[in-house]
Amino acid sequence: MDYATLLQILDSTLRLATPLLLACLAGLFSERAGIFDIGLEGKMLIAGMASGAAAALSGSVWIGLMAGIGASMMLAAIHGVASITFRGNQLISGVALNFVASGATVLIAQSLFGQGGRTPPLSGAARFNPIELPFAEAIKAVPFVGPFYADVLSGHSALVYAALLAVPITWWVLFRTRFGLRLRAVGENPESVDTAGVSVIRLRYTAVAITGLLCGLAGAYMATGLQAGFGREMTAGRGYIALAALIFAKWRPWYALWATLLFGFLQALALRPDVIERSFGLAIPVPALDALPYILTVIVLAGVVGRAIPPRAGGQPYVKER
Amino acid sequence: MTLMNKFLGAAAALALCSGAALADPALIYDLGGKFDKSFNEAAYGGAKKWADEAGGSYKELEMQSEAQREQALRRLAESGANPIVMTGFAFGDVLNTVAPDYPNTKFAIIDMVVDQPNVRSVVFTEEQGSYLVGMMAAQASKTGTVGFIGGMDIPLIRKFACGYVQGVKAVNPDAKVIQNMVGTTPTAWSDTVKGSELAKAQISQGADVIYHAAGGSGIGVLQTAADEGILGIGVDRNQNHLHPGKVLTSMLKRVDNAVYDAFKAGEAIETGIHVMDLKVDGVGYALDDNNAALVSDEMKAAVDAAADKIKAGEITVHDYMSDNTCPVE
Repeated sequence: MDYATLLQILDSTLRLATPLLLACLAGLFSERAGIFDIGLEGKMLIAGMASGAAAALSGSVWIGLMAGIGASMMLAAIHGVASITFRGNQLISGVALNFVASGATVLIAQSLFGQGGRTPPLSGAARFNPIELPFAEAIKAVPFVGPFYADVLSGHSALVYAALLAVPITWWVLFRTRFGLRLRAVGENPESVDTAGVSVIRLRYTAVAITGLLCGLAGAYMATGLQAGFGREMTAGRGYIALAALIFAKWRPWYALWATLLFGFLQALALRPDVIERSFGLAIPVPALDALPYILTVIVLAGVVGRAIPPRAGGQPYVKER
Repeated sequence: MTLMNKFLGAAAALALCSGAALADPALIYDLGGKFDKSFNEAAYGGAKKWADEAGGSYKELEMQSEAQREQALRRLAESGANPIVMTGFAFGDVLNTVAPDYPNTKFAIIDMVVDQPNVRSVVFTEEQGSYLVGMMAAQASKTGTVGFIGGMDIPLIRKFACGYVQGVKAVNPDAKVIQNMVGTTPTAWSDTVKGSELAKAQISQGADVIYHAAGGSGIGVLQTAADEGILGIGVDRNQNHLHPGKVLTSMLKRVDNAVYDAFKAGEAIETGIHVMDLKVDGVGYALDDNNAALVSDEMKAAVDAAADKIKAGEITVHDYMSDNTCPVE
């Protein structure tokens, strides 16, 4: 594998990892607060549809982004009401919302545009265009580092950089602020937080809202950044891969970055069977590479490489008095 | 999951029961959805054409999950619909078990052969259409490298790929054809993002014309081709209008004609295998205002000459599905 090919694969990795990273951080906030969320997929899907539709109607990608975040937060609010206020089963609520999103997106897009659940193709300001980082052209001549900066890091849409920035922000919020401490405590031992006089309900709702926000970014990125419009079921299971990445990352923000980059890299590598054959001297079937993220997650879950311990109060609705 | 499917099935059944119970023809779309800009939408076009011309009405149903197939077929048959046309190879096994139970109902299945006395099996010679667009791709390519992106990795899609490669090599024996499949599960028909990334990967390997047979994922392929300034080739329906001037041509598969014929014949539909090839305009390539500037006169002359030779039997395009191998890579 020559350097140029590697750069192309890394470039692809960054694009493919971004929706996974955003969804993974979304799940991280929710699960750290004790709310399991397998509805990441559905939230991304509805955000994709809403952002694609709003961008097409308004001609502005930023209005599309807002609409995507709004739609995703709405689903998150329903999940919150079902699982926090009414103490329903969080897994069932998540599955139900995935089904709702899968059907509702196609239904709404179809009634708005009549293009079979697709939103019209976006162009110009209705879509996130690549941003050239400063000095990309100037540095390109520098050997090794230059092409990496110019070809891999530069030239992505704004949401890619937002996703990368979200990692240190998440780390700082979770581990360096009072809010973060309480959020983590709510996921481990909600009684202690309640005893200290802090509202468990409000903290959990806040966490679920942040989940909605991040999933909204992920969905909007897919429909208006990676693609020029929404297509039915376009998330194609990325919400579930993000959940696998979350377990792989042991519910930690920096690990989440590495896990999603690894999964993104595996996906990008699967696009180039010729490179695999040349580098390893044997043809690895593409489906095997596609399955690798899940296999890695099972290995981590089984405790072979370190142990993945989920937040202790995860999945349990909080009851103040019995 | 199964509970959900039952609900969906029940909902579909309810929707069907409420329809009129006369001998209207019926059309079932496969999982890609009615408006997939491709295969199923072409079927819809044929049904609509028939309805407009004959003034008749027809029933239609979109599959939402694998589990609905058998129930949907039985319900339609019991409601008296005749003939029942279904799009997609995936109905094959189900139809094989359902058809004998309704000997008085005629069925037509597109893209699959089902050996039952009351079934018409419509098959297309996709390899011939793909051969023609392959020739055009090779002529339009400046780098000598062209690409193919298939949807789900099934023999039918390999048939497209094989015909395409043969066409490319007929024009330029040294040309390189990069082939990729989006996936091995049904999500491969809707993963536009992966379609896009595959197109980008092929472009980085030098491809400057990319042909897709990937349903909804292909929308991503054509989008990326247009964004990156290379040419895409559409499939099934005329997709030239999606990106005018950026889509070289489209391989036409006249599913609309197949549905139209079946509806027009009504209950008197002939059963058995019905081949839609170049001779009966079952397949072909698209030429309209959107790609007129891309297709030179000599390109058109070469392709039309090859089409005539295929019709006359002077050129035989190998069919991947006949022996599950392709003579060229």
